[in-house]
Amino acid sequence: MAKKQKIDFASIYLFIVFLILYLPIFYLIYYSFNSGGKMYNFDSFTLEWYRELFGNTRMLIIVLNTIIIALLSAAFATIIGVCGAIGIWLMKNRISRQTVLSLNNILIVSPDVVIGASFLLLFTIAGIKLGFTSVLLAHIAFSVPIVVLMVLPKLQELPQSIIDAAQDLGASHWGVFTKVILPLITPGIFAGFFMALTYSLDDFAVTFFVTGSGFSTLSVEIYSMARRGVSLEINALSTILFVITILLVIGYYFIVSKQNNGQGARLGARK
Amino acid sequence: MKKIVRAFTAIFIVSIILIIWVNRLNASEGYTGENTITVFNWGDYIDMDLIKRFEEETGITVIYETFDSNEAMLTKIQQGGTSYDVAVPSEYAVERLKEEGLLYPLDHEKLPNLVNIDERFLDMPYDPGNQYSVPYFWGTVGIAYNTRILGNRTFESWNDLWAPDLRNQILLIDGAREVMGFGLNSLNYSLNDKNPEHLYEAKEKLKKLWPNIKAIVGDEMKMLLVNEEAPVAVTWSGDVSEAMWENEYIDYAVPKEGSNLWFDTMVIPKTADNIDGAHKFINFMLDAEVAAQNTDYIGYATPNKAAMELLDEEVVNDERFYPPDEITEKLEVYESLGKETLALYSELYLQFKMERK
Amino acid sequence: MKARTQKLFLIPYYLWIALFVIAPILLIVYYSFLDIYGNFTLKNYRRFFSPVYLEMTLTSFWYALLITLFCLIVAYPTAYLLTRTRYKQLWMLLIIMPSWINLLLKAYAFIGIFGAHGMANALLEVLGIGSRQILYTDFSFIFVAVYIFIPFMILPIFNALDKLDKTYIDAAMDLGASRWQTFLRVIFPLTLNGVKSGCQVVFIPALSLFMLTRLIAGNRVITLGTAVEQQFLVNQDWGMGSTIAVFLVIIMFIIVALSERGVRNGKKAKN
Repeated sequence: MAKKQKIDFASIYLFIVFLILYLPIFYLIYYSFNSGGKMYNFDSFTLEWYRELFGNTRMLIIVLNTIIIALLSAAFATIIGVCGAIGIWLMKNRISRQTVLSLNNILIVSPDVVIGASFLLLFTIAGIKLGFTSVLLAHIAFSVPIVVLMVLPKLQELPQSIIDAAQDLGASHWGVFTKVILPLITPGIFAGFFMALTYSLDDFAVTFFVTGSGFSTLSVEIYSMARRGVSLEINALSTILFVITILLVIGYYFIVSKQNNGQGARLGARK
Repeated sequence: MKKIVRAFTAIFIVSIILIIWVNRLNASEGYTGENTITVFNWGDYIDMDLIKRFEEETGITVIYETFDSNEAMLTKIQQGGTSYDVAVPSEYAVERLKEEGLLYPLDHEKLPNLVNIDERFLDMPYDPGNQYSVPYFWGTVGIAYNTRILGNRTFESWNDLWAPDLRNQILLIDGAREVMGFGLNSLNYSLNDKNPEHLYEAKEKLKKLWPNIKAIVGDEMKMLLVNEEAPVAVTWSGDVSEAMWENEYIDYAVPKEGSNLWFDTMVIPKTADNIDGAHKFINFMLDAEVAAQNTDYIGYATPNKAAMELLDEEVVNDERFYPPDEITEKLEVYESLGKETLALYSELYLQFKMERK
Repeated sequence: MKARTQKLFLIPYYLWIALFVIAPILLIVYYSFLDIYGNFTLKNYRRFFSPVYLEMTLTSFWYALLITLFCLIVAYPTAYLLTRTRYKQLWMLLIIMPSWINLLLKAYAFIGIFGAHGMANALLEVLGIGSRQILYTDFSFIFVAVYIFIPFMILPIFNALDKLDKTYIDAAMDLGASRWQTFLRVIFPLTLNGVKSGCQVVFIPALSLFMLTRLIAGNRVITLGTAVEQQFLVNQDWGMGSTIAVFLVIIMFIIVALSERGVRNGKKAKN
């Protein structure tokens, strides 16, 4: 009896957390159907904004740009970040390790404007034309440290004995890396990738500084619309993107968990 | 290992497909062609139908890029990484751009529609002879107030804001020159005053306004006015006229001590590639019918006299937004203060914000 | 051999550090010694040590501390309860997903929700508490900041808890420890790494928040980040902006060093 009550409390707590997390999103979705055209004073139901959105090629280009930048920057940042995390993990000297870690965290602490402004200077000096390349480089750059922070704890939890055992059994360094270390830190790698994706999708200030030549991402577009009030087309767009991602995430999750059912899961872990 | 390799391969393949798709779209929209101009404007500050019409009439493709503040725009133009052909800075930013040699002089022969602009708004101190800029929209800074909440109360003087019964009722627009400006005006100084003592005096006076200030906000101002978040606000006329469309109780007054007269203008930055196309675009925007349609869409006051004849009489006869000469004479355009004084304005404003007690 | 593998891993990472961390820092330090005319000066540092700026630094710290604390208080139980659900990875993804919706849009939604005639006040009316000012108060600022940062706090804690060997808990319980004791003596210390990286990922950015201070706090709260942003973007005083940024970076170094040492001492004490 007592146990049952505990579980109820747990579900209520989680329910409230999720409710609050999704409240502003439902708010956005609700107003995407507002014929009044603003994010307040609901007039009447309309699909006008969705219709307008589908006729808007410029918006489609911006959405695609945003997704491309997010995917590519997260992928590259993950590769660099995982390398960095392993490098740091292998460091023996405590002081140099701590120095590298502090350097790693600098981009997390720096306000976006400072990152944006200093990258702008950097790209100007390096002669990189503002546009796709500069935005991609900037996004990779500010996503790397979060990947390191996500992967490093996983590495630190690796028991040294496993690695030693593998080496004793004659595994090469490459073998130890691909067969032992990588599989064990895979959850950390994916967590890092998703965080990098999140950073990229969320970023406004840095992109704002380093973009140019007609290249634009969603957050820059939204921010620059703010002067006259965000168009509800953006709400409609967010709704669609949100629904698509929810479906993708859930679909992906069930495909993966079906594949990994039973023995598969354990085998997968060993690969 | 396999899992990771597979996942990353998938990500790269998806990205490449998307890149190809975007390139196709860009090509089909003409964004990658030769005959284009890049217009650098505030977000949603033009009727997009007019851009389509311009493209149809001239065959030039318009790339429309946006910024959110004059300062951000300045930084971008200074950096020079993008070839902006037309930009829309406010008058003080025109001065800054001019000082730094970042503007291309306008060829008035290519702008026959310039005659449509009201002479009152030509040859202003920030750009004598309109060598570099053409006015796009204009307006004032004043007090917006809600008559449903405040009844018959009126605001004739800036000092009315300091009334003790307005505790926690006022919204201010987040701008150093706007806020310091009305502080100075309330003391009967000019909003271009360069005397540091006067500026300190204004800051001290503004500090006493804190109990009445609910918040200092930016672009959300319009929405907050419509939603009656607070009954009083110091802001730009453009925001207020838009808010009035949605909330009939909002009224607007320019205090008697004087205030600011502002302009957003069209210029051709030094970064321009297609100077001929840029002139064509500016001339197109100066056309009476085009300007009228744009004004109808944006809702700000147009300096285009010919366009005003095409607009609703009720709109152009509203003296709150199209004030007559007697009032505009009392208003001041922001002058370039010089780097040092401008820095003092900004610093004092930041201090005012930090010293909330 | 091992040293060589390590170097191989560190090459891309060090390249990243050199280009996107060291170079921008050098630029910032360089700019912090320049006045608005581009001449060498120490005036910026004198200005920073004036009471106005020092007081702002303290307030900034105070708010960041509160935000981190509330994040932790909400995040820990959430992460803990999530690890005990059936589709825990899926739920975790659903926690991250709201952060893929643009920050500005969510801020606008919160302005609507917390506004004088918004949803929150309507609820308070119904509950008989009566409407009050929520927007532009410390409460709304901290609430929204916690909302924004919470996924970044939950994720590392969740990962740490997920890793936790259940046998430790069973052992503790078997040895007669109460639930509270088990939590305090076993679970919490073992997940300290996750808590630590969560706090780092939240506290440091919380120091440099800037968009929310305007949108949600109505400029009634000025953080170090707001000051940097104002100096860079509005005042165009890159020198002063850089000076404040230099202090942010120094503060970050100190925090990272302190948390490293804290953990080491903790370990020693246990030994």
